[in-house]
Amino acid sequence: MALLDITGLSVGFQTHDGIVRAVQNVTLSLDQGETLGIVGESGSGKSQLSFAIMGLLARNGHASGSVRFDGQEILNAPPKVINRIRAEQIAMIFQDPMTSLNPYMRVADQMAEVLVLHKGMSKREAVAESVRMLDAVRIPDAKGRVRLYPHEFSGGMRQRVMIAMALLCRPRLLIADEPTTALDVTVQAQIMQLLADLRRDFGMAMILITHDLGVVAGSCERVAVMYGGRIRETGPVQPIFADPAHPYTQGLLDAIPRVDQPDEELRAIPGQPPNMSRPPSGCAFEPRCPYRRAECAAIDPPLEDFAPDRARACLAGLDELRDRRMRVEPRPDLVAAGDGAAETDLHAADLPEGAVAGAGAAGSTLSPRKETRP
Amino acid sequence: MFGYVLRRLAVAIPTLLLLIVFSFILMSLAPGGPFTGERALPPAVLANLEAQYGLNEPLWRQIWNYVWNIVVHFDFGPSFVYPDRSVNELIAAGFPVTLTYGALSFLVAVVLGVSLGIVAAIWHNSWLDYLAVGVSIGAQVLPNFVMAPLLVLVFTLWYRLLPGGGWSFNDPSFWIMPVIALSTSYMASIARITRSSMLEVLGSNHIRTARAKGMPEHRVILRHALKPAMLPVISYLGPVFVSMITGSVVIDIYFSTGGIGKAFVDSALNRDYAVMMGVTILVGALTILFNLLVDVLYAWIDPKIRY
Repeated sequence: MALLDITGLSVGFQTHDGIVRAVQNVTLSLDQGETLGIVGESGSGKSQLSFAIMGLLARNGHASGSVRFDGQEILNAPPKVINRIRAEQIAMIFQDPMTSLNPYMRVADQMAEVLVLHKGMSKREAVAESVRMLDAVRIPDAKGRVRLYPHEFSGGMRQRVMIAMALLCRPRLLIADEPTTALDVTVQAQIMQLLADLRRDFGMAMILITHDLGVVAGSCERVAVMYGGRIRETGPVQPIFADPAHPYTQGLLDAIPRVDQPDEELRAIPGQPPNMSRPPSGCAFEPRCPYRRAECAAIDPPLEDFAPDRARACLAGLDELRDRRMRVEPRPDLVAAGDGAAETDLHAADLPEGAVAGAGAAGSTLSPRKETRP
Repeated sequence: MFGYVLRRLAVAIPTLLLLIVFSFILMSLAPGGPFTGERALPPAVLANLEAQYGLNEPLWRQIWNYVWNIVVHFDFGPSFVYPDRSVNELIAAGFPVTLTYGALSFLVAVVLGVSLGIVAAIWHNSWLDYLAVGVSIGAQVLPNFVMAPLLVLVFTLWYRLLPGGGWSFNDPSFWIMPVIALSTSYMASIARITRSSMLEVLGSNHIRTARAKGMPEHRVILRHALKPAMLPVISYLGPVFVSMITGSVVIDIYFSTGGIGKAFVDSALNRDYAVMMGVTILVGALTILFNLLVDVLYAWIDPKIRY
């Protein structure tokens, strides 16, 4: 049985402008110890998907469908039930470590309260355990610094505190919502490395939400690409990066800026993401899609398996996608990438070379692949 | 922190001196004087009186003498209008009354206002929220000069439950109506500030983190939301407390409580220079003191503030 089973999950927000459909009919599953990357640009619904799993939607939000954790339904569960799951079974780290920690409480107090609440520890034991966890996330002088307030830590250190706090109860699933977006690039790499190590040590499953394909390549086994509130393509990381089967995935991979070709223009995806309070009747990506055809404006294709363990939601032919990709610009770095990408070790060589915006930045500049390019 | 408090208290001295000088100048610029009446006094009598109170001396000399008497003798001078009473006596008689009903009103306004605001924020957009907002708007549009006669009408004239005026330190039934009349509109403002600030805090990222920890909602609110939500309320409460304990003319007049609120307005109308100055200095000193207290509270709540 899968650890997490999401079936037909939809999230809507009641606004003055009507209902914003942030997530539509998402089905996903995650096994024990597995790592899933959820990728998409801002507004694609990836964060709201993770909030819905934890029951943390804003007040005007409503989720429907089913989320089963270890067989137990937790979507819209009563507070008593969901509060036993939160932190104990599923923990979450958030995008912005500057504001996600309570600025008015000492780190010791905000960490210890988790253990006092869930494990019934005394305050003293809980603080001692918190210090051990801060050591585990490699915060130097954890014993001394546990008495400090969040603003007395740097951004990267705050995210480490956040991670330590999330892991206190040894959860079986960690949801990381853009954990490195607010951090600078060198710190990003350290945090991703830390997460990979801790995940291995603790045997946790992880959902990594990000818009950074470099981060996904370095640390995920599977990936789900979201656009306009729906999953458009899903499968193991390596084949998706080598051979994207959805025009949006292809666009994302093409849009990665590259340090090795200074004259090259950025290949952004033209147009804007759809307004989800008035979602288009057909495929949400249709207005921006280079492969669009007449029926795309009317039909939103369902997510369908097209190869073992791979699914996509698109009407364009696979051959068409492959042809155009090779014609526009062959990217041998991407095709060759990821022989080891599915493994979680974060070596520079495993990352797509172009991933300067991601955790691999430090590595990719060292990579000698430049000579092998045509 | 201790050093900061000392520094702030040291700065208070020149601030009060400036207050004295400005008030003194403004007061002497205002037309009329304590001895202007409907029937003009004979010039010789007026000259005698002015000499007696030192009003014939140049303004700087008057200010100097006034400050000197305060600093050396803690003497705020005699009342110009009630010749047998000193300002010290007038304030000593009126201030305890004002302080009593003012402090009680403050307590009532804060406790009810903060609770109402929190309830409204937690159950945002529910009937409880609408009720709380309705109550606080209702309270806001009933200023004390409307509340006071209404209360007297209902509780004194109709039901004969409470005395319609006067004051006694031993009988709390005299306190009830002044406290209700004075606290209602402040309570409404406090409720509105608390509600909006609590709503803002409840939507912030660190509250989401607290919820993700699996804490029951009441603990999220008490442990994580209350302190930050109180910051804007506290900055509002400093000046409010001062204006409440230094009295309200309306309360003093409607309920004949004999507080210094009435003394202050009477002194301004009568040009009773000494009483006016005395009350001004009292209000000024209390304002400085409570602003300092607010700043200290801020530093206690928000660890990022260090003096």
